[in-house]
Amino acid sequence: MKKILAIALALVLMATASLAMADAIKVGVIGPMTGPYAVYGLAVQYGAQIAADEINAQGGDIQFEILAADDQGDGELGVNAYNDLLDKGVNIMLSTVTSGSCMAVSTVANEERVFMLTPSGSADAITVGKDNIYRVCFKDSAQGLASAQYIVDNKLATKVGVIYNNALDYSIGIYNSFKAKAAELGLEIVAEAAFSDDTNADFSVQIAKMQEAGAELVFLPIYYTPASLILAQCASVGYAPVFFGVDGMDGILTLEGFDASLAEGVMLLTPFSADADDELTRNFVATYQAQHGEIPNQFAADAYDGIYALKAAVELAGVTADTAPEDACDPMIAAMQQITIEGLTGTMHWGADGEVDKTPTAVVIKDGVYVGAK
Amino acid sequence: MIQFLSYLVNGISLGSVYAIIALGYSMVYGIAKMLNFAHGDVIMIGAFICFSATQYLGVPALVGVLLSVAVCTVLGITIERLAYKPLRSATSLAVLITAIGMSWLLQNIALLIWGANPKSFKSVIDLGTLVLFGGQLRITSETIVTVLANIIIMIALTQFTSKTKMGKAMRAVSEDRGAAELMGINVNATISMTFAIGSGLAAIAGVLLCSAYPVLMPTTGAMPGIKAFTAAVFGGIGSIPGALVGGILLGVIEILGKAYVSTELGDALVFAVLIVVLLVKPTGLLGKKIHEKV
Repeated sequence: MKKILAIALALVLMATASLAMADAIKVGVIGPMTGPYAVYGLAVQYGAQIAADEINAQGGDIQFEILAADDQGDGELGVNAYNDLLDKGVNIMLSTVTSGSCMAVSTVANEERVFMLTPSGSADAITVGKDNIYRVCFKDSAQGLASAQYIVDNKLATKVGVIYNNALDYSIGIYNSFKAKAAELGLEIVAEAAFSDDTNADFSVQIAKMQEAGAELVFLPIYYTPASLILAQCASVGYAPVFFGVDGMDGILTLEGFDASLAEGVMLLTPFSADADDELTRNFVATYQAQHGEIPNQFAADAYDGIYALKAAVELAGVTADTAPEDACDPMIAAMQQITIEGLTGTMHWGADGEVDKTPTAVVIKDGVYVGAK
Repeated sequence: MIQFLSYLVNGISLGSVYAIIALGYSMVYGIAKMLNFAHGDVIMIGAFICFSATQYLGVPALVGVLLSVAVCTVLGITIERLAYKPLRSATSLAVLITAIGMSWLLQNIALLIWGANPKSFKSVIDLGTLVLFGGQLRITSETIVTVLANIIIMIALTQFTSKTKMGKAMRAVSEDRGAAELMGINVNATISMTFAIGSGLAAIAGVLLCSAYPVLMPTTGAMPGIKAFTAAVFGGIGSIPGALVGGILLGVIEILGKAYVSTELGDALVFAVLIVVLLVKPTGLLGKKIHEKV
């Protein structure tokens, strides 16, 4: 009896599962799920899954199934993961997470006419000359320009120092555009110091160079992990300039064990803040925290918005689970340019170049929370 | 001048962390004659244990350190028993590959247990900062404690290997494993003991590393592990004082290179030193010259 019950139950489960999945559009998520960048890949996967679950729960015509694949942030593995996902019947891609891998995968996707929306690959070149590659996040140069403009407009400093990661496309891209814009606006960069990768732990020399040059503001176009070390080491040498970060700085307050007083007064330009008080953000943060025990970062928010953007575009383009990737591509391109998304990272619409149009907001950290700056 | 002194202090501070990792590396190599590439990852595990104990269980820092030493000691013995002992008579290349595999295994286990999000490690040493020359030169208590710990461990290890019975057995195994066995020394137990001590030291190194540079994630041990290996080779692998000298010098070279050559070339310089040392003096600064019998 027990056995029959078990078999019956299994059959029912299989039937419902295949029913539910029959019409689901398969979305491929490629990103670093293991290795040093796993934090970003997992955030994207979780964020995308939450959005897909919400959409599926509404029971509309459009159902999503997320298929995730690991690329460890590496281009070669990224292309392998891409081929693997296409073999599994993926219709569209929400990929890839890191810029380096995205450069490789987007080139292949462009040749093979697979529509791809990258949640967080921010290198400028990713979308250049590739009509079917779109992105949710800002491109790097946009952040550098906006940062320089903001510093000048708000008269935050006249002497600026920059510490950047010369092994990271993201960091170099922002740094270069910041430098160009600063020169144009007459903002003096008195010191610039690079470090070579994310595992670098000692910033004493870079900090000393900033201090020696008398930088009143230190621009940090880097991720929050090295930034947390820089803040700690600046505090230990008693150097307290204004620190100005970009979206990679988001997450510093959720760094487990981090002494938030070190980040007091840090300013950053970011489209997403987990502390925002609107209902959408509150719900998303609560769900994410309940499922994964962590505060979501910007990558998770980008992926969440990415899935909603895909939903809107799929609806408009009439793409279904049976549409082959190459047939879905052109209708998706046309649809992406027409939709408007009210998402976690702002109100977004897209141009034919694949770039998103949304407004970064400046926040300043006060008593361990983001406060809107002016 | 003050600026130079400040760089020098930073270099010693960084170098003392390399040195303390190199001590364990060098000891295991000297006795077991194998490169334990997983050493850097044992360091990471040690730091995570201390972090979890103080952060989640709320125990005092000292208890956290002792706990992590205990866990890493057991871990070291287990790794040796499971992965390296069956390969005792295999080629050194097989052992090396196993050690690299072990390193990846430990990193991915840590990824499963503690997740990918980096953690900010709260320093276990909270004694403030020594300020000299009216604030122009600052020496953190972490630096002072790490340097002291290095000296204490170095003296303790040299005393241990020259005075105690187990220590003498270790030297005998290091000198000639076959002859030591014939003399009635339990080679397996001696090598296990070496791993136990090496891994216990790794736990202390992990805590000190993360106290000085407070970011902790599954890959935290990898780069310092490789740099410490460089330091051990630089000082003469197998030599305990050599590890200390090599570590400190390497830290100073890295910082001065960053300061006066280019901030981007710090790592490149470190590994250039490795190549030059291997070319000019393959036994390292304080390494023993071994005559091969032909």
